[in-house]
Amino acid sequence: MRYNRTSKALVLSAALALTLTACGGGGGENPSASSGGDASKVITANSTEPQNGLLPANTNEVGGGRVMDLIFTGLVSYDATGKPVNELAESIETTDAQNYTIKIKAGQKFTNGEPVNAKSFVDAWNFGAAAKNAQLNSYFFESIKGYDKVSAEKSTLDKMEGLKVVDDTTFTVELSRPESDFPLRLGYTAFYPLPEAAFKDPKAFGENPAGNGPYKLAEGGWKHNVELNLVPNADYSGPRTPANGGVTFKIYNSFDAAYTDLQADNLDVLDQIPPSALQNYKTDLGDRWVNQAYAGNATMTIPSYLPEFKGEAGQLRRQAISMSIDRQQIIDNIFFGAKQVAKDFTSPVIDGYSDALPGNEVLTFNADKAKELWAQADKIDPWPADKVFTITSNIDGAGNKEYITAMANQISNTLGIKAELNPIPTFKEMRTLVGEKKLTGASRAGWQADYPSLYNFLGPLYGTGAGSNDGDYSNPAFDQKLADGLAATSVEEGNKIFNESQQILLKDLPVVPLWYQAVQGGWSNNVTDVKFGWNGVPIYNAITGK
Amino acid sequence: MITFTLKRILQLIPVFFGATLLVYFLVFATPGDPIAALSGGKPMSPAVADALRAQYNLDQPFWVQYFLYLKNLVSFDLGQTFSGQQVSDVIARAMPVTARLAVMALAIEAVFGVIFGVFAGLKKGKLFDSTVLVASLLVIAVPTFVLGFVLQFVVGVKLSWAKPTVSSGAPWGDLILPAVVLGLVSLAYVIRLTRTSIIENKSADYVRTATAKGLSRRRVVVVHILRNSLIPVVTFLGADLGSLMGGAIVTEGIFNVPGIGNLLYQAILKGESATVVAVVSVLVLVFVIANLVVDLLYAWLDPRIRLV
Amino acid sequence: MSENPTPEIIEPVAPAPKVRAGKISSRHIEHYVAPLAETPLQSVDKVDETAEPLSMWAQAWRSLRIQPLFIISALLIILVILVAVFPGLFAKADPTFCKLDFARQGPSAGHPLGYTFQGCDIYARVIYGAKASVLVGLFTTIAVLIVGGTFGALAGYYGGWLDAVLARITDIFFALPLILGAIIIMQLPAFRENKSIWTVIITLAIFGWPQMARITRGAVIEAKSADYVMASRSLGLSKFKTLVKHVVPNSLAPIIVIATISLGIYIVAEATLSFLGLGLPPSIMSWGNDIANAQISLRNNPAILMWPALALSVTVLSFIMLGDAVRDALDPKSRKG
Repeated sequence: MRYNRTSKALVLSAALALTLTACGGGGGENPSASSGGDASKVITANSTEPQNGLLPANTNEVGGGRVMDLIFTGLVSYDATGKPVNELAESIETTDAQNYTIKIKAGQKFTNGEPVNAKSFVDAWNFGAAAKNAQLNSYFFESIKGYDKVSAEKSTLDKMEGLKVVDDTTFTVELSRPESDFPLRLGYTAFYPLPEAAFKDPKAFGENPAGNGPYKLAEGGWKHNVELNLVPNADYSGPRTPANGGVTFKIYNSFDAAYTDLQADNLDVLDQIPPSALQNYKTDLGDRWVNQAYAGNATMTIPSYLPEFKGEAGQLRRQAISMSIDRQQIIDNIFFGAKQVAKDFTSPVIDGYSDALPGNEVLTFNADKAKELWAQADKIDPWPADKVFTITSNIDGAGNKEYITAMANQISNTLGIKAELNPIPTFKEMRTLVGEKKLTGASRAGWQADYPSLYNFLGPLYGTGAGSNDGDYSNPAFDQKLADGLAATSVEEGNKIFNESQQILLKDLPVVPLWYQAVQGGWSNNVTDVKFGWNGVPIYNAITGK
Repeated sequence: MITFTLKRILQLIPVFFGATLLVYFLVFATPGDPIAALSGGKPMSPAVADALRAQYNLDQPFWVQYFLYLKNLVSFDLGQTFSGQQVSDVIARAMPVTARLAVMALAIEAVFGVIFGVFAGLKKGKLFDSTVLVASLLVIAVPTFVLGFVLQFVVGVKLSWAKPTVSSGAPWGDLILPAVVLGLVSLAYVIRLTRTSIIENKSADYVRTATAKGLSRRRVVVVHILRNSLIPVVTFLGADLGSLMGGAIVTEGIFNVPGIGNLLYQAILKGESATVVAVVSVLVLVFVIANLVVDLLYAWLDPRIRLV
Repeated sequence: MSENPTPEIIEPVAPAPKVRAGKISSRHIEHYVAPLAETPLQSVDKVDETAEPLSMWAQAWRSLRIQPLFIISALLIILVILVAVFPGLFAKADPTFCKLDFARQGPSAGHPLGYTFQGCDIYARVIYGAKASVLVGLFTTIAVLIVGGTFGALAGYYGGWLDAVLARITDIFFALPLILGAIIIMQLPAFRENKSIWTVIITLAIFGWPQMARITRGAVIEAKSADYVMASRSLGLSKFKTLVKHVVPNSLAPIIVIATISLGIYIVAEATLSFLGLGLPPSIMSWGNDIANAQISLRNNPAILMWPALALSVTVLSFIMLGDAVRDALDPKSRKG
């Protein structure tokens, strides 16, 4: 007997933030024009129950995120390659990377009839940032001047001084310091606009939101834990015009159930093939599948507070462990080719990625070198006899246990030490262990980009004191590089500095990079034009009936 | 019988307080901070975390939390889930589905279990008996996830006789397959219990008497042997109803049934006390009522048993 | 007797006509009693008055030890226990040596059952997994029998407030989710750092006893209204002694059934707990753990799952057969010889 994967927990456990829906076809191309399919078909797709009411700043997981991205439209959206393109924004201008003037398109409205104007954005962002509203994504506004005041404990303020409405279609943003990649973030869900109605009764609004996206929630369309019905929004005039008659998200608690439904043509689009079917999905589905990289990676954190992994011996041990993992073998045998060996700390989908960083040979399997490094470390500071190298992971989500066991076996076979999975029953316990710095060994980690930028893979994870720095890593030289990269005048220059910062990480190995994520998806015999975006989410509006 | 029933219903009061207190405490004592998990490993501003903790009374000591919960309960407010929904709504949505599934599963195991058990018992040691033994072994040793998957794949995908998963609204037809899978493990118990009882009773004096009176074989088996063999079976079935409702996590997962089992499981993992306590209280109610019905049945099945 | 085709009702040949005679007694027939010399007493009816009086249990043992069902099941159980105690005698390969190079490979020389998803030797793991599985199954069953059986028997026999209290406690325990309980038990200071087979046994016993209590209670309620109970009480035997000497032995059949099936269910339940990180640590091998871990191979390599499941089946089968034999032996009506 086995308790099936708990999707929500997995979604959380993969350390995902909300994923972003890519804009179909890039620019003004209308995807529905590309085929003569049945544009009235209602597409069924898998999802999980949104964890919270559908409010932009409170949606931080995929179940709610994919719905939000279809029923709302922000200033920019990302195309299939992750490049930002303007949606509602007419222009986003700055001269000093600190003060931005944003002009939006006129004449747009929400499905409840209210206009979309500068105030809709400013109010929505203020609402999301204010501590009293307890929105999960509030930290996304931390760069805006005045965030520290509205987000202070027990603060009753709800206006950030950095946001000012100039006129109906113009507003200005002042950041507390220059950040050149701020415009890149604006496609993220937290930055969507909201109508007045949302602030009067946020709870009721979250249950039945009025958005401005290509779809809207059908009347009584959110049947909790069962399905969510979206119908096309006739008022929408952006680049993502639906090529179908609506999207029904069926809520699944197990990808195995969804996969069986897909095989029986009882489900149209599945965005994740379950681990148990990775070996056979290509033969099962004929030509109805995709396997494509997206902006996410998997790593193993070795906390800096573990005594055995401190100092010179610690550094040697980190390298030895990294080199004792045969990543390709795990990808071939556990994931059946569904991943790509990691060569750095980011993702190949991101602009500026390099697979040839000096020092990245430490990420290549080399048993002899690994043994040698381990022996060197033992000379400095012997590994305690009988000490087990544990890899902690919550196992209430599917697909983690197998690769961690395989990895532990490899480490154990190569280095001759005991290595083992340390299973934690619940995600909340795992997060608490991490938060209170009580890990006694390595732990499973990973990152999915909030927005397509190298910095997003580095700053929040390895900066001193950063929010997701699980291993408590701190290196002033690395912090300096990050600051330099953010202040750089051009994207290229910034990326160059970020990649230099990665060379420091390759020496210190605060985490051991394992592989880049890829999405394995499939679709039924009843639909066509199924494409997946830069973030691994299907481009739902482009899907059409056969 | 009426005083007997009334007494039972009165006993519900201490049971209810005991159960809610115990469960509330157990969820309180599970390791880990529920709020830490809500952010999904992403950063969360401390002010937001504190505001959320205050919203769910998680910043209060245990007794205050429990007292506040009871206080709301008096006004029929079962509290909220971490997603901001009313627990009463959540349970009201899941309960009918689960009740249908559990009742079907119970019917399947009762009907088939007793029929197979009777024949296996009457033909003890014969081919039929051994076949039933091996089949029930299969059900015990092969985990539910395998049985469920194989049935779902064969019936739902290969033969297309039924939908592989339960569709919106959970109609009775869609629930047949999950009910079969759910009932299978208990079926093994019912078969073995019935079989053993039949073997015990078929050599009893009253059976000999009945046979000797010239009663038809069918009447002897149904009225005399079976009726007297049902007490252990009824006991088992009574206790099983609740388990079928609360413990169908695997089956619900395979067939995507939006029921109580999975709701409870998720709530436990998340540390959502309000949901766990409410669901367990409902389950306690089911167990108490089922137990009452079983005791009433005892008296009907065996008139020598007096209700006190 | 022709209308009763069940051969199990073994009746002494002689008394049968008497039953017949009773039924047709309305007819007037002459009673013919043959002289003893013509129909000598059959040996069955002879009572060896010189023999020591035997207890019910001793009589059961006498009939048990010659039953083929008992002999086969006992031999199987001894084999399983031998495997559990001395796994090294049965398997040469190291069950903890797992290499992805061998993952999912079929049988080869020295590895008769092939390899698991992680590339471990299936045969060695089945052999070494016996210990944990048998311990969990056996000791949980014993604990449940002691706790559940005692409470159930007392509640059913004495009734009244004792019954009410115990029944309501079982109601609460029934409704408690196993997973919630397991999460709590596993984090108790005593268990947190050393998860072992015994923690699993304790957890499963805590959640398993109510079922046994219910079944025992039902069986005792049924048995206590029988005539022999009243007879025993009238003969001056105390209430408690009657319970132990007469009521419990006559309530054993359903208890044996539940115990033998539950033995298998507990072994599988250990898998569930381990799978959820609430049972045995990955370093302790068990059939349940291997079955749960084989779930991922279900679609493509079902053999990985089949072998530990088969070992589990054989063990459960032998205990069910043993239970059947014991039940038969305890039932004087179906006892042969």
